[in-house]
Amino acid sequence: MDILYSIFIDPFVQMAQAPDLFVQTLWDGLVGGMLYALIALGFVLIFKASGVFNFAQGIMVVFAALTLVGLHDAGVPAFLALLITIAVMFALAFTVERVVLRPLVNQPDIILFMATFGITYFLIGFGEYVFGGDPKVMPVEDFGLEKGAYNIKMLGGLVSLQKLDIVAVIVASAMVAGLGVFFSKTRIGRALRAVADSHSAALSVGISLEQIWVIVWFAAGLVALVTGIFWGARSDVSFALEVIALKALPVLILGGFTSIPGAIAGGLIIGVGEKLAEFYWGPLVGGGTDAWFAYVIALVFLLFRPQGLFGEKIIERI
Amino acid sequence: MKVRQVIMGVACAGLVATAIYASKAQAADDIYVPLFTYRTGPYANSGIPIANGMHDYLTMLNERDGGIGGVKLNVEECETGYDTKKGVECWESVKSKNPTVVNPFSTGITLQLIPKASVDKIPILSMAYGLSAAAVGKDFPWVFNPPATYWDGLSMIIKYIGEKEGGLAKLKGKTIGYIFLDAGYGREPIPLLEQLAKDYGFNVKLYPVAGKEMQDQSSQWLSVRRDRPNWMVMWGWGAMNPTAVKRASENGYPMDHFIGVWWSGSDDDARGGGKAAKGYLALNFSGLGSNYPAIQDIKKYVVDKGKSQVEKDKFADTFYNRGVYNTVLVAEAIRNAQKLTGKKVVVGEDVRRGLETLHITEARWKELGFPGFAGPLTGISCADHSGHQGAYMQQWDGDKWVKVSNLIEPMKDKVEPLLQDAAKEYVDKATGWPKRTEACDKAM
Repeated sequence: MDILYSIFIDPFVQMAQAPDLFVQTLWDGLVGGMLYALIALGFVLIFKASGVFNFAQGIMVVFAALTLVGLHDAGVPAFLALLITIAVMFALAFTVERVVLRPLVNQPDIILFMATFGITYFLIGFGEYVFGGDPKVMPVEDFGLEKGAYNIKMLGGLVSLQKLDIVAVIVASAMVAGLGVFFSKTRIGRALRAVADSHSAALSVGISLEQIWVIVWFAAGLVALVTGIFWGARSDVSFALEVIALKALPVLILGGFTSIPGAIAGGLIIGVGEKLAEFYWGPLVGGGTDAWFAYVIALVFLLFRPQGLFGEKIIERI
Repeated sequence: MKVRQVIMGVACAGLVATAIYASKAQAADDIYVPLFTYRTGPYANSGIPIANGMHDYLTMLNERDGGIGGVKLNVEECETGYDTKKGVECWESVKSKNPTVVNPFSTGITLQLIPKASVDKIPILSMAYGLSAAAVGKDFPWVFNPPATYWDGLSMIIKYIGEKEGGLAKLKGKTIGYIFLDAGYGREPIPLLEQLAKDYGFNVKLYPVAGKEMQDQSSQWLSVRRDRPNWMVMWGWGAMNPTAVKRASENGYPMDHFIGVWWSGSDDDARGGGKAAKGYLALNFSGLGSNYPAIQDIKKYVVDKGKSQVEKDKFADTFYNRGVYNTVLVAEAIRNAQKLTGKKVVVGEDVRRGLETLHITEARWKELGFPGFAGPLTGISCADHSGHQGAYMQQWDGDKWVKVSNLIEPMKDKVEPLLQDAAKEYVDKATGWPKRTEACDKAM
């Protein structure tokens, strides 16, 4: 009976007894979820355009953040460093298209997938050669961002909102919304969907595959830069940031590999779900549930919707 | 010239160069010291300064003294990325080159290598990390973990907390939170923590942090806010450390009640937290700063001559000096081995004897150019491969680490019986574990 009480009653009693902590958990989950959504968005953009799971998305986050901080540490003013980093991400997108993707048009998806492994290891080596492996501090103040927190007294307790987290949520939301509109309402967006359906069919109606790939890899690079800035501000900028890309996998399973709204909804469900699970149910199993609980959520959803929350329904002739 | 001929030519040149390099590594006129390091990957922020410290001290001995006992040291790094598989690959790649000693610099790698050490006759120096039970020399003659085991470290922290609370008896009813990297390293001290909790009547709250959660930790620190432990103890590594320090300060946890083990107290661990991290405490057993003659020699003979990879502003940082400490032990073990065997070029079997006879007094530290750099290391014997030496507490003042205590001795009476039990359990479980046959030398 005790175990049943601990699972089904006690967590809700705790929520009622300390509603401020419940709100704090929700907020932390929301912030984490938006950042997961941002990482997932990078994967979704490239998957939509090429049907390829971009293994290099994690290292692109590191590379973008290191370029920004590296330039700043070298004495380049913060906003100029930001502009140069954006240019570097464009150059990367252009190079990837020219050197890696173009020669592989119409090759099986697995070949393109393996090519993204190559991009990953090249960027790891190149990044370490240029920037070294030492951790670097993200100069958030130089971007006009404030550290510290708003401590709000509410519900008989305190809810602490980190100023950086608030900005992260706003920027991530704006970016997700902007990219969503861009890719669903513009000619380029429609072209992107055509490319995703069939490379050769898209080429036959005059869509420039090269141009679309550069655009989506550049968009994924921008997403990586924003992700790197905010994750880097939460910790340090180092190659450890690459690991956070793994957090996007359950988000993608849940939201579907082709849906921008799916990435957002998936990110939020995973973010809030894992924080609530760790905080209220984690102690029952010795903690550490946030390492695997996201996958449990995703797998449960998969039982009912194998294509993910917003993924396209799979209909195939048999 | 045809392309094919060019490719064949390059391939042949590569083969010849590899053969020359390999034969050089195995040359009988130098002492081969492989260094397992990680300058890449998620744990590079901890690995780089240690790698620099180890490399630079040994290079300085080559440059200043012509090596050890007139024999040059052949120092070669093998990149593990803190990955156990790569660590084992490094072992396999160096074992045929007559290595004097291996420093795995990872508890996970150490655990994998322990059964190989006696077979390949290569001693393992897991300096203040690895398997605590390996301190029992009769069961683990090839493994050394001076100057103290993780269990010693934990007992020092509990002693320090007890002192601050007005005595160990005052710990009754208090809560100590333990945030740790959820890997072999972080789980290692938990049995002792639970035992001490029983002995002194305090409660323990565990907060595991998975490797891929290192840079988040919001759930763990929210739980800390709920549980309100009186003290927090950390066994972190790599990116986990600076993130934890930041989260603790963001959550308003009193930083002077937050204590890291010696692997959670580098400059980079606290630097990111800046002023907000002021008060954070960590154990340390190696010296702070560059005000030691031997460290100045490293600067003169290695750093200033461009033979080091260390960034100028990170020279003699906490973990850099920790790397230096590690290789001082290696160098002393090699000297001992030369004296014991009468040979100039020593190999693993000789250096195992050198490690077992390590004896560094305060006077010897001074003689080596490190006056006051570390506590005496005089407790190592054939039976005790750790020495169970003390460590001191350092505190972050917002800009740098400051020493804030004298040496805290471990609770040897608590640790030793558990070590013996754990060693016995390990040996019983490992079918066919070899009985010690190695003779015992007198301390040098």
